[in-house]
Amino acid sequence: MQQNIETTEKPELVIETRNLNIFYNDFRAVSNVNMSVKRHRITAIIGPSGCGKTTLLRSFNRMNELVPGSHAEGEVIFDGQNLYDPMVDPVEVRYRIGMVFQIANPFPKSIYENIAWGARIHGYRGRMDGLVESCLRQAALWDEVKDKLNQSGLALSGGQQQRLCIARALAVQPEVILMDEPASALDPIATLKIEELIQELKKNYTIVIVTHNMQQAARVSDYTAMMMLSDAQRAGTVIEYNETNIIFTRPQDKRTEDYVTGRFG
Amino acid sequence: MGEAIIQSLLFLSGFFSIFTTVGIVYELGKEALLFFQMPEISLLETVTSTRWQPHTGDFGIWPLVTSTLITSAVAMLIALPLGLAVAIYLSEYATPRARSFLKPILEVLAGIPTIVYGYFALSFMTPLLRSILGRDVVDIYNMGSAGLVMGILIMPLITSMAEDALSAVPRSLREAAYGMGATRLETALQVVLPAALSGISAAIIVGISRAVGETMIVAVAAGAGPNFTFNPFKGAETITGHIVRISGGDLSYDSVDYNSIFFLGLLLFFITLALNIFSQRFVRRFREVYE
Repeated sequence: MQQNIETTEKPELVIETRNLNIFYNDFRAVSNVNMSVKRHRITAIIGPSGCGKTTLLRSFNRMNELVPGSHAEGEVIFDGQNLYDPMVDPVEVRYRIGMVFQIANPFPKSIYENIAWGARIHGYRGRMDGLVESCLRQAALWDEVKDKLNQSGLALSGGQQQRLCIARALAVQPEVILMDEPASALDPIATLKIEELIQELKKNYTIVIVTHNMQQAARVSDYTAMMMLSDAQRAGTVIEYNETNIIFTRPQDKRTEDYVTGRFG
Repeated sequence: MGEAIIQSLLFLSGFFSIFTTVGIVYELGKEALLFFQMPEISLLETVTSTRWQPHTGDFGIWPLVTSTLITSAVAMLIALPLGLAVAIYLSEYATPRARSFLKPILEVLAGIPTIVYGYFALSFMTPLLRSILGRDVVDIYNMGSAGLVMGILIMPLITSMAEDALSAVPRSLREAAYGMGATRLETALQVVLPAALSGISAAIIVGISRAVGETMIVAVAAGAGPNFTFNPFKGAETITGHIVRISGGDLSYDSVDYNSIFFLGLLLFFITLALNIFSQRFVRRFREVYE
């Protein structure tokens, strides 16, 4: 069963999927997804393990196709353009839709260079020092690293590394940032910092976050998409999509209710 | 108990390789010392003179050293960029099908006997160079074609080791770069390559050692007879080529020629060692540690 939410709210759509299916060779991992992402809002994708949350997220900036044998059918509309149109360059897509990964993966370069690299490859011509500082400030990391910008990014703690990765994503000035369980490998205090940061970032960016932590989805997101394996096809699909408080207080699908109240999953 | 036995066995195998190296250096050093104790040899002349003609009593090492360095440099000039380019292609661009097709070809290239390469240099590369650059520019025996063919020989070695190093770089680093809208080339050259530099340095070191020590190609194609020149299109004998030529046939024990071989062997050893140390220093400055 599909939930096609008629959007009557004011926020403008940034990403909209139309009958999106994602395959790994013959295996259909994600089936028939219709959902949208709204500008300057945080959209969470929740659901049990293995239901295709990460696959769906990675299809939003065509990171999926780096996996050999994967392909998508259907459309992902971004800025009025289908991202899967043959004319679209995936490099350009990833430039405008950035990504933060589950395990922090800073480059084995200096903290400064981690930020500067992305800007440089896209031909940034402004003052690099200023950009580095502003990205680190936006990622709430500046005060902790301002005296050691030449140290390796890998010398930082796990939570700091993840904030460095967020700062690095900001440096190329994307419109949307996709976050794949960005706090799942972190302790509660580092997690809290990341969550505060995400809240702060939504003023300027649109964020889609995958999480298996329902409290996290409830705390940070404005909209929530609930995914689950559909019984018929064994492929993941979005069974319910709505404002986060509705998903968590008055879900319309029994399976969503069971999941968010912790009866399984 | 079992652990202790295994540990000592492993220690012994490690010790064995060190012992062998020490033994070789000792033997070379002992005989080289005999060389310098001979009345007609002076150390000063050996390290300053640019003439090596044993039959006239001239023992200046420079003509042999320069030709060794020139053939090696030509070889590395070919092998390093080409080998790295192929390694980057195989690790970052090639589909599994292209890889399974290309890797065996490279292995065949690495398995060709060096004597065959030597005659390939003499009967194919030399005429090619002569037809391009002119017969008066390129000698029949010349360092250039020996070096070029040596580069082809060393390339698969560098490719294979460099590809291992590139493939060992975690996928997550590539994803990070792609996720920022980096192209494949930017990712390969600016993220993966610097992270793999320590493994690539090992490939470079092995390549240089192979080039300096390579014998058959230079013996066949680079020219017979020491010649102090920096022109790669002239013929000049390398250290290894010289050892091969004079040690063939009836070399009597404790003659000058006999003792000079050991001195040259020791010299070769130190050239390789010096180049190894230099490459390691060089790489350490630029590598990016990802673990």
